Amino acid sequence: MPDARKSRREFLTRMGQGAAVAATGGLIWSYLLRQQAQASPAGIRPPGALEESDFNAKCIKCGQCVRACPYDTLALAAVGDNVPIGTPYYTPRDVPCYMCEDIPCKVACPTGALDPALDNINDSRMGLAVIDIENCLSWQGLRCEICHRDCPLQDKAITVEHHPRKLSKHAMFVPVVHSDHCTGCGICEKACPTDEAAIRVLPHKLVQGKIGEHYRLGWTVDTPVTQDFKPYTGSESGVSAPPGGLDYLNEDGL
Amino acid sequence: MIAPSRPVKSGPNGRPVRPFVMPDSVSGKLGVWRYLMLRRATQIGVLLLFFGTAHWGWSLAGQPVLVGNLSASEFLGLIPLADPFAVVQILLTQHALESRVLIGAGIVLVFYGLLGGRTWCSWVCPINMVTDLASWLRTRLGIRDMFRLIRNIRYIVLVLALVLSALTGVAAFEWVSPISMMHRELIFGLGLGWTAVLGVFLFDLLVLKHGWCGHVCPLGAFYALVGKVAPVRVRFDTPTCTHCGECAKVCPEPQVLNLRQAAATGMISSGECTNCGRCITVCPEDTLHFDLRLRITSVTQSSQSDPHQRRSA
Repeated sequence: MPDARKSRREFLTRMGQGAAVAATGGLIWSYLLRQQAQASPAGIRPPGALEESDFNAKCIKCGQCVRACPYDTLALAAVGDNVPIGTPYYTPRDVPCYMCEDIPCKVACPTGALDPALDNINDSRMGLAVIDIENCLSWQGLRCEICHRDCPLQDKAITVEHHPRKLSKHAMFVPVVHSDHCTGCGICEKACPTDEAAIRVLPHKLVQGKIGEHYRLGWTVDTPVTQDFKPYTGSESGVSAPPGGLDYLNEDGL
Repeated sequence: MIAPSRPVKSGPNGRPVRPFVMPDSVSGKLGVWRYLMLRRATQIGVLLLFFGTAHWGWSLAGQPVLVGNLSASEFLGLIPLADPFAVVQILLTQHALESRVLIGAGIVLVFYGLLGGRTWCSWVCPINMVTDLASWLRTRLGIRDMFRLIRNIRYIVLVLALVLSALTGVAAFEWVSPISMMHRELIFGLGLGWTAVLGVFLFDLLVLKHGWCGHVCPLGAFYALVGKVAPVRVRFDTPTCTHCGECAKVCPEPQVLNLRQAAATGMISSGECTNCGRCITVCPEDTLHFDLRLRITSVTQSSQSDPHQRRSA
């Protein structure tokens, strides 16, 4: 075989080997990354954190938010913490977010992973408080309501509803969380007196459902009348037959 | 009496080749170790600044000294600093960044662009202490390499890191970097990150000499490219060199000590040189020194016009 051809074949083989190693390494590497990115859907992020995938991309893992927090709420996930390595999170049962008005963690963030546009801490959505009504003292009929009393958005994020019971028992006063105001700060979870918190903060993704868009809650005032809803006029097409069923209640002589 | 079995070799400049001998005196030893001690001082000092600010509330003029870690930080509450490689990876995930971190990355980029990119590697990077220990131990224990690996593999890893950042939507190297795990966990509390550091240590100790820093690390590759035209270089004085090879023995990146090239340019010009200064202190002929590229080039050019000087090169 001529030398030039031999060396060309050798060169191509080398290139092929290199490409194969790079591709295999790249596949394993990207697998690791995807595993990491999905490490824990239960991690509670600092206020203003972007949506999880954007947050994971933008966070540079510098810990300046951790240092800025006056309550030592935040921690950087170490390897083995089940939160993407190096990203900030907090455990509300240990130390909740006390909702500083100046949001120092957000101010400290150099990359914008904590949204600089967040001005009012009450607009933050770190998670959503969820009540385990089987273990909530109030739901058993005791007068607890500690979560309601400690809630920084009292009577908005947590209200106390009143459930009358049979005559021999007093009424129940139960806490109810409202997602349109709950920031997920976790002060309720920290305050809950049960052994394991009966109210706890979880990411919205894990707990919040979504009604399909085709549902029309007609009895609510602000539900718009849709274009496919046509009130019965009776004379539109010359046919005066009412819709099916007997309308005897409106008939004369009843 | 036994006669010397070999005649004394002489270098290309006609002078006898002398080996490097570690001086007996303490001051002599300290002289040989001067850059090593300085490097350890900066490496530990930088970590200490972060740690002290975080845990002991170190401040200067009412401002915290150095908040954050080596990925991104703020110096004296005023000057942002950031790892330019991490920033490039994040930008490749198609996420816009705040100006603070971009300015920080720019400052660091200019700093290492001036000092020589891989000055980061041997003067600041905390993993360097781990790999230096591994390399010292393996020389002591006489452990041989399991295989050979081309050093350019780091540029492939660098490209992979950038491509994977774009494909997976997260900063690919930052998410697996043992360097970041090490400084982060040293400053912010320990987790299992030490296992990654241990992995690097064992790889360097048992598998491949200078395996991580000298072959694989994409951050080193990044800084090698950054430092390609850095003004600070190791100067090479051609006339005094006897080609004894002592410099190459201690150099963690011996491919940069291409003496023919060094003779032509008057310096170690490769960006892969980490400016660790090991070669400078072991050279028995005092051939190597830190210097400025500009001064070296002007001297080399004037000496090359002199025929006597040129011959000795």
